[in-house]
Amino acid sequence: MIGLQHYLTVAAMLFVLSIVGIIINRKNLILLLMCIELMLLAVNTNFIAFSRFLGDETGQVFVFFILTVAAAEAAIGLAILVVLFRNRRSIAVQELNTLKG
Amino acid sequence: MNWMDYIAAAPEMTLLGLICVVMIADLFIENENRIVTFWLSMLSLVVTAAVLWATAPDARTVVFYGAYVSDPLSQILKLGAVLFVGVSFLYARDYLRVNDLHKGEYYLLGLFGLLGMMIMMSANSLLTMYLGLEVLALSMYALVAIDRHNVTSAESAMKYFVLGAIASGALLYGISWVYGVTGTLQFHEIAAVLSADPGLNNLPLWFGLAFLIVGIAFKFGAVPFHMWLPDVYQGARTPVTVYLASAPKLAALALVFRILVDGLGGLHETWSTMIMFVAVLSILAGNFIAIAQTNIKRMLGYSTISHVGFILLAVYTGTEEGYASALFYTLTYVVAAAGAFGIVILLSRRGYEAELLSDFKGLNARSPWFALMMLFLMFSMAGVPPFVGFLSKLYVISAVLETAGGTWLAILMVLASVIGAYYYLRVIWYMYFEKAEDQAVLQAATDTRLVLTLNSLAVLALGIVPGWLLTLCIQVIG
Repeated sequence: MIGLQHYLTVAAMLFVLSIVGIIINRKNLILLLMCIELMLLAVNTNFIAFSRFLGDETGQVFVFFILTVAAAEAAIGLAILVVLFRNRRSIAVQELNTLKG
Repeated sequence: MNWMDYIAAAPEMTLLGLICVVMIADLFIENENRIVTFWLSMLSLVVTAAVLWATAPDARTVVFYGAYVSDPLSQILKLGAVLFVGVSFLYARDYLRVNDLHKGEYYLLGLFGLLGMMIMMSANSLLTMYLGLEVLALSMYALVAIDRHNVTSAESAMKYFVLGAIASGALLYGISWVYGVTGTLQFHEIAAVLSADPGLNNLPLWFGLAFLIVGIAFKFGAVPFHMWLPDVYQGARTPVTVYLASAPKLAALALVFRILVDGLGGLHETWSTMIMFVAVLSILAGNFIAIAQTNIKRMLGYSTISHVGFILLAVYTGTEEGYASALFYTLTYVVAAAGAFGIVILLSRRGYEAELLSDFKGLNARSPWFALMMLFLMFSMAGVPPFVGFLSKLYVISAVLETAGGTWLAILMVLASVIGAYYYLRVIWYMYFEKAEDQAVLQAATDTRLVLTLNSLAVLALGIVPGWLLTLCIQVIG
């Protein structure tokens, strides 16, 4: 029988995967944007599982808002990525190092 | 739902309507007449402030099925936010004009950010809070990248975006756990559920709480989640930095008050330890790293981190006195921060960003008046009497002394302030006792000079007559 804790475990694993992906990825900013998306999807899984378990629809409504905001966030992220690429001709994470101190 | 709901949310609705008007009007304005957009934005702010004043609630009003709250706390924070967004627009105007950046986007994104802040300040449910936070954050990411041909702006915008998105993710993950444990998203219901059933106060809730605190610390820029803040302050163009450094701090305070105090106030014993660690690390790291900086924007960024530590320590106390001192500290810090970045803008001119500490050398010879104003601001930030920075630190320390084990924290805060005084005094040393490398005349419009002067004198005036503001803060919290 698949219960609440299974869903929560999957969501936690997705969340950790996305954090690890953000930390160890040094090559490509697009992968970073994908990891951010994965993180929001992990949260959505959590919300849906809790919503089903509690028999309360609020969590599902929250998921719709998260999906909408995630789309807007991805749009802004990609726009900044384009600006960055035009200026530097590269989207490698390890080259984001002009600001330090 | 009835008309009362709409009256309580009237300021936000008015602002949204006016933003749409400004956005459409801006399309028909030629580049050389862009100043019209500026005046339209200022007019929108004035109208919003007037509506805020007219709809001021006498008591806490919860509307829209518990999603929205209008109370004296939201009122004072919103008035402060409107004021400081207006001040940043005014400081920004001439800089943007001479640097060919004078586009409608700066004002529009600034106004949208203000809308996000106002929603956060009035949020009564985790959903409203999240949406307000994202409206603010998305506007700020775009604002930082506003200079499309600048490599450092683009880089700092990317860093800000990635770390801000991680922060939102952590906050949301925490929200999902709090929702799962309590079964509701509204702050007063969360508080009621938790006080009715103490058995809920266990591991799953603490797990969610930890993620909430990570998200809050990220948004506030507290150590160890501060790495974006100095980069963004330095990389963004100065008019954007003055915006980022002022009003959004009030929204971040609202985030803390609404979630940790209104919603999870019953868990004070659990979250206060985490907040204390974050705050102490911020005070120490902010002050020590700021000493090593040569860039004034970056230095003020690290100084912000240390001030954030003070605000969080005031929240840590969990007493009404502590909350009132946190509010007082944030309001007065925002005054000083807006003024300091305003002076950095004043020193800049076409194609020249006065962002190094050495640019302040000999400022007294170039402009004795603004050197004096910068002296006031730096003394206030360092916490020298009779400026207001001293009083705000004093109130926080006296609130912390009331708590158990507060003595050590108070000693730490005093020591950190003494260390912090070094880098503020270095700016003053440069201004008064070093020879100027740069003899250019400071150029600024009369209204900018006037507001900058009033802003800097405010830190002295508030330091001499702080009573009314402190009384107001205590009333609002109580």
